Amino acid sequence: MRLSPKLVSLSVLALLALVAPMFFPSGFYYRIGALIFINGLAVTGLVILIGYAGQISLGHAGFAGIGAYACALAPVHLGLPPALAVVLGAALSAGLAWVVGRPILKLQGYYLAVATLGLGILISMVLTNESQWTRGPDGISVPDLGLRGVLADMGWRLTAGQFWYWFSALVLFIGAWLALNLHDSPTGRALRALHGSEVAARTVGVDVARLKLNAFVISAVYASVSGSLLAMMNRFVTPEIAGFMHSVEMVVMAVLGGVGSVLGAIFGAAILTALPQALTMFHEYEKLLLGAVMILVMIFLREGLLPSILRRFRGKEE
Amino acid sequence: MSLLQVEGVGIAFGGIKAVDDVSFAVKPGEIVSVIGPNGAGKTTLFNMISGIYLPGAGRVMLDGQDVTGLAPHRLAERGLSRTFQNLQIFQAMSVLDNAMAGHHLRERSSVLADLLGLPASRRRTRATRASALQLLERVGLTRAAFREASALSYGALKRLEIARALALEPRILLLDEPAAGCNAVETEEIDRLIAEIAAAGTAILLVEHDMKLVMRISGHIVVLDHGVKIAEGDPAKVSRDPKVIAAYLGTDAAAASREEGADADG
Repeated sequence: MRLSPKLVSLSVLALLALVAPMFFPSGFYYRIGALIFINGLAVTGLVILIGYAGQISLGHAGFAGIGAYACALAPVHLGLPPALAVVLGAALSAGLAWVVGRPILKLQGYYLAVATLGLGILISMVLTNESQWTRGPDGISVPDLGLRGVLADMGWRLTAGQFWYWFSALVLFIGAWLALNLHDSPTGRALRALHGSEVAARTVGVDVARLKLNAFVISAVYASVSGSLLAMMNRFVTPEIAGFMHSVEMVVMAVLGGVGSVLGAIFGAAILTALPQALTMFHEYEKLLLGAVMILVMIFLREGLLPSILRRFRGKEE
Repeated sequence: MSLLQVEGVGIAFGGIKAVDDVSFAVKPGEIVSVIGPNGAGKTTLFNMISGIYLPGAGRVMLDGQDVTGLAPHRLAERGLSRTFQNLQIFQAMSVLDNAMAGHHLRERSSVLADLLGLPASRRRTRATRASALQLLERVGLTRAAFREASALSYGALKRLEIARALALEPRILLLDEPAAGCNAVETEEIDRLIAEIAAAGTAILLVEHDMKLVMRISGHIVVLDHGVKIAEGDPAKVSRDPKVIAAYLGTDAAAASREEGADADG
């Protein structure tokens, strides 16, 4: 009997998150770890949209922006506790994704990529220009989540870096668990089916437009929560979080690691988050490297790094 | 009463009539074949019946109800299922997953339950899995169940498509050239499979080039040529029809067959 892929993926993820801190030379690395998990969360949402359903979005950073600014603004203007601001951001993102996705996803083809490209730019422009609310391109400070204080009161003292490392690891673990549940569920099968052949999916009774919309809304929630976490960890956010480059980064992370698998996509997020930190001297060439990596992966490892590597190993076994 | 009734259906692409005023009916449990030379409009006719093309004229009735122009997934809900001439397999999924995907309408699951992996969702998946394995056994693909679909041979994929279509428990199954590209053994297996499906009460509408297969299993045959129905009836009647012979072999068919006979003798 084979181990279920879900169990394997979740175990690997948990194990890596638990073991990695033992090798951290300094507290700074907790922050990088947390950044990896937070990016991994957004990318896991893209696995559902791109990997399962085969739909491309080039504007998911817009939803991250909504999640981030909800955490910056709702506690100040609405008096919401930060945790509820995360929920509000997710609800707004889901609502917007539904409104935009509904007419677009009735069409076949790459209309979603074009529409989301516009949507992302629109959101980042609103965040930049509505400066009476958002303080414009200089950014805005974000209230503390408050959970670290609660933990400290319970006698569990963590540095900010440690707290965000463990907290974002937990959220990513839950996000990965949900995405893996979906993979082998009736909805997940229908999504993968319409990815494989839309016409055949329709003939077995799949309401293609409705399912694509589901996937789009779910992935928007992932991006939104990821944006919320990023803003609360940094205690600061600028409109760049909703920018086009951030959207492209997310897609590249997913595709680089292997957009068909949750673990692969998180792996891609880890590489593209850690690499710029390791190669700070190449900072000016970061976008160039990103482009080159993308081209090479598309030419040589079309399924993404992790699936290609695993396939090579399996190939040797047989 | 007939299960499927096609009434004067037609469609034109850029002014050219691909199918023109075609009518016929299929009764429950009956095997009806649509035959005709290449380009006769058979697949186009199928695409209109299964909701992929919207007919420019005429009606499609399922169970006495007008279903013309209904979306394919709505037709699936009403018990119409089909396979494709050029395979439409979910290539990246396993063979088992392909068969399981055919159960979509019977699963009726909510996205939230699926995300959370609630017991109801997992139970549905288990039931679907058991049913899919049975279907794979029925089409002889049990041993390939866990392989990726893209690794299968052409004939096996043809049978996988039939299994997937059967998962809907359809009342009428449209098979578009199920034996095309299959060797003699595979054709025989598909032949047996179709007969079994019909015997179990599912009506079958078949497009097929393999004349031996068509003549052997069809109860009723509709002949198309250049988008027009030129003949209809039982196999014996259709195979003697001069218009059918002309459409297949050209008007000099009789002369040609005489020549062939002479060649064989010489």
